[in-house]
Amino acid sequence: MSYFSDIYNGIKTLITGMKVTGGYFIHARKGSLTQQYPDNRETLKMFDRFRGEVVMPHDKNNQHRCTGCQSCEIACPNGSIEIIWDRQVDPETGKKKKMIDKHVYHLSMCTMCGLCIEACPTDAIVWAQNYENSVYYRSYLTKTLNQPGSTVQAGVED
Amino acid sequence: MNFLTMNIPLNITSTIHDWIYSIMPETAASITIMVLIAVAYLALFAVAGLYLVLLERKVAAWFQLRLGPNRVGPWGLFQTIADALKLVSKELTSNDRIDKFLYNLAPYFVIVSTLIGISVFPFSKQFQAFDINIGLFFLIAVSSIGVIGILVGGWASNNKFALIGAMRSGLQTISYELSVGLSILTMVLLTGTLQLSQIVEVQRTGGWLILQGHIPAIIAFCIFMIAGTAETNRAPFDLVEAESELGAGFHTEYSGMKFAYFFLAEFINMFIIASIAVVLFFGGWLSPFGITDGITWFPEVFWFLIKVLVIIFLMMWFRWTFPRLRVDQLLTLEWKYLLPLNLANLMLMAVIIWMNWTI
Amino acid sequence: MTDQEVKNKIKTEEYFVNMGPQHPAAHGVLRLLLTIDGEIVKNVEPDLGYIHRSIEKMCERDSYQQIVHLTDRMDYLSSNINNEAVCLAVEKALEIEVSDRVKVIRTIISELTRIASHCLWWGVMGMDLGALTTYFYAFRDREMVNDIFEETCGARLTMNYNAPGGLMYDIHPNFVKRTKDFIKHFKTKIPEYDRLLTGNIIFQKRTKGVGVLTKEDAISYGVTGPVGRGSGFSCDVRKHHTYSAYDRVDFKEALLTEGDTFARYQVRIMELWESISIIEQLIDNIPEGSVKEPTKAVIKLPKGEFYQRVETARGELGVYINSTGTKNPYRVKFRSPGFSNLSVLNHIAKGSKIADLVATMASFDFVIPDIDR
Repeated sequence: MSYFSDIYNGIKTLITGMKVTGGYFIHARKGSLTQQYPDNRETLKMFDRFRGEVVMPHDKNNQHRCTGCQSCEIACPNGSIEIIWDRQVDPETGKKKKMIDKHVYHLSMCTMCGLCIEACPTDAIVWAQNYENSVYYRSYLTKTLNQPGSTVQAGVED
Repeated sequence: MNFLTMNIPLNITSTIHDWIYSIMPETAASITIMVLIAVAYLALFAVAGLYLVLLERKVAAWFQLRLGPNRVGPWGLFQTIADALKLVSKELTSNDRIDKFLYNLAPYFVIVSTLIGISVFPFSKQFQAFDINIGLFFLIAVSSIGVIGILVGGWASNNKFALIGAMRSGLQTISYELSVGLSILTMVLLTGTLQLSQIVEVQRTGGWLILQGHIPAIIAFCIFMIAGTAETNRAPFDLVEAESELGAGFHTEYSGMKFAYFFLAEFINMFIIASIAVVLFFGGWLSPFGITDGITWFPEVFWFLIKVLVIIFLMMWFRWTFPRLRVDQLLTLEWKYLLPLNLANLMLMAVIIWMNWTI
Repeated sequence: MTDQEVKNKIKTEEYFVNMGPQHPAAHGVLRLLLTIDGEIVKNVEPDLGYIHRSIEKMCERDSYQQIVHLTDRMDYLSSNINNEAVCLAVEKALEIEVSDRVKVIRTIISELTRIASHCLWWGVMGMDLGALTTYFYAFRDREMVNDIFEETCGARLTMNYNAPGGLMYDIHPNFVKRTKDFIKHFKTKIPEYDRLLTGNIIFQKRTKGVGVLTKEDAISYGVTGPVGRGSGFSCDVRKHHTYSAYDRVDFKEALLTEGDTFARYQVRIMELWESISIIEQLIDNIPEGSVKEPTKAVIKLPKGEFYQRVETARGELGVYINSTGTKNPYRVKFRSPGFSNLSVLNHIAKGSKIADLVATMASFDFVIPDIDR
C-alpha cells in the first residue's frame, strides 16, 4: 500500500513545483527583470555612492583642490596613484612650496577600495559614477586627473 | 464568412498529383512526386526544428523572469536563422584518433530515423505522406533506430566522457521504449486499428480517445508523457547531456553541422512524441466539439499544430522545473514503477472494453 | 560461474577522469582527479592552487588599513564578514572599543551578506542538480541585497566598508527602509523556494542518504559551518565566541544530526530564517553614536600575536596577525573554512556515484578563492 501512497505523494510534490514556475510564466511580461541595456542609457542612473572611477572635479574657473600633499599616494595599497610634484614659487606669498604638476591615476590597477578618497584632506578627489571604462588600448587607462592649465583654488590649504 | 464562396483550392494534393501525371510518363511522374514530398518534409524538418529551438529559448526565458532573444528580428524570429548560418559555417573539428567512418556516419542515423518518423503523421485529411495499415507499429520500430546513432557517435569519438554519456543514453532509451510501446498498446485496444488515419476517424465519430477511455486512458497518457520525455533524452532525464556533470555527453566531439544534426534531431523527436500523443489521445486534426469540421485543410492543420504545441509546452515545463534523475533512479522508475503500472493499466482497459463501460 | 569468478575472468580497469579546472560543476577553478570504476568513484584527489594570489604575502607589505581590501577577494560571497574579521583583530590588538552603532550596523550588514551568499548557494545547488530555473529566482533576490549594498557602501561585491576603528562612512538614509522592504519581500520567497526544490521528490531522492558525514569525522577533520552543523557538530562562532552585536539578539543555532546532503541543505535554509529574525530584531533601533573611532593615521600594533574568529557563510574564518611593533604586520594567516571542508571530500565520496559527488560538492558550497587565497 505504501507503493501507491509513495506514487501519489511524489506526483503531488511535482505538481506543486510546476505551479511555482507556471505562475512565473503567466506573469512573465511584468515580472521580467531584463533591462535592455544599450537602449536605456539615458534613464539608467547609478547610486550616488557608486564607485565607478576616481575623478578630480574642476569648477568653472578650471580650478581644483589638490595641493599635492601625497596623502592619497601613501594610502593607496598598490600604487595606482602617482603624484608628480614640483617646488615652485607661489604667486601669492612669493615663497617656494610644493605644488602639484600631474596627478597620474592608473585605472587598470585600481581596486576601487576608496582609501585614497578617505585620506584626502581637502576633498580633491571624488567618485564618479561612470561604469563604461573599456578601451581598445591599455595606455588609455592611465589617466591624468588634473586638467592642463588648471590651478589650485585659493585658500584650500587651511 | 462563408468559406465555400472563397476561392481556396479544396484538394491540393490530388490537383498536383493529376497535373504531374498528365505531363510526364508514369515512372518519372511517381519519382517526381516522391522527390517533391521528400523536399517538402525536409523543409518542414528544417523550419520546425529551427522554430522549436526559438520557442524553447523564449519559453525558458519566460519561466526564468527574463525575455528571450529579441534583438534579431521582431520578437527574435530571425535568431535561429542566424544560429543556423553560424553552425553551417563552423569548422568541423575532430581528433585524429577517431574512427572516421563511424564518426561521420552517426549523425545520419538519428536524422534518417526522425525523418522517416515524421512522414507517417496525418496533418490533415489530405496531408499524409505515408498511410500504411501498420502505422503505429512502424513508427515505434523506426524510432528505435535513433539510439544506434547515439551509441555509435559516443564510441567513435574516442573520448571517455562521450562514451559514458552514450552508454547511459543507450540503456535509458531501450528501457523506456517498453513503456512507450505498452501505453500505446493500451489505446490501440480502444481503436482496434494501427492505421493512423483510421485512429482519427474513430475519434471523429466517438469523441476523443482520452474521453472515451476515461480512467485507463488518463493513466496511459501520464505514463506516455513520462516515458516519451525519457525517450527523447530531455530533462528530467537528460543525464546523457548533463551539462553540469561531464562536459557535453556524447556529442562533445562534434561541432558545426554534425552537432546541428544531433541538436535538431532531438527537437524533432520531441515533435514526434507530441504528435503521437495528439493523434492517439487528443483527436489528431479534429477540432474540439466539431466546430470547424469539414472545411478544407486549413483549420485541420491549425488544430493539429495547436495541440502539438500545447504538448510541447508541457514537455518544456517539465524541463525547466525539475532536477535531474540519477542513472539508477531512472532505471528504478522504469522497471519498478512504470512497467507494472502499465501492465495493470492494460488489463484494466481490456476489462473496461469487454464490459462496454467506455463512453 | 559465480559472481566472483566472472569478475576474475573479465578484466576491468579503473580509469582516471579529470574534473578539470574549467568545469561547469566545480565552483571555481578546482581540479579533481577522480579514479572511477564504471560509475562508482574510488578516489578523489583535489589539486589546488589555480587561483593562488599570495594574499597573505601581500598583507606583509601593506599597512593595517590597507589589508582590509585584500580580504574582500578571498571569499567574495561573504566579503563584508571577512572585512569585519580583520577589523576586529586590529581593534582587539589596539584595545579600541567601538560604539554600539558600529556594532549593530556591522551585524546587520553581515547578516545581509549571509543571506545573499545562501541565496546564491541555493540557486547553484538547483542548477548543479539540473533544475535550471532556481538560479534565476535566487539572483532576483540577491539583486535586491546588492542594491542595498550599492546604495550604502558603493559596491556590489567587494565592499570594503569596514575600517579599523569602525566604518568608513555612515549608512545612507535609505538603508533602513530598503532593508525592511527586502525582508518583507524575502519572507514570501523562502516558502516558494521550499515548494520548488525542497519538497520535490526527485530532489529528495537525489540528496537523502548521499554523502554522509558522521559527527566524529566532522570534529576530527575540523569541518565547521553548515557542513559541520548538518552532522551534529555544534560549532557556530556567533554562539560560542560572540563578537559584535550577536550577544544582544536571540537566535537559534541550526543543528541536525543526519549528516547527509539533505541535512546540510536544510541547515542552510534554517540559517536563512535565523538571519531574517536577527535583522528584524536589530533594524528598528539602531543606536546613535560615532561611526568611526579616531585612530592614528599610521597604525602600529603592539608586539604579539592576535587571533580573531568569525562565522562566514561557509564556516569559521580565523585571522591571525603576528606583529613586531612596526607599521606592517610581520605575518598574517587566514584559516579558511573551505580548506578544511575540502579535506573531508575524499573520505565521504568514496563508493558513491559521480552524480552523488556533484550533489555533495554542491552542498559543501565551495568558493575556491577562499581555499587558495
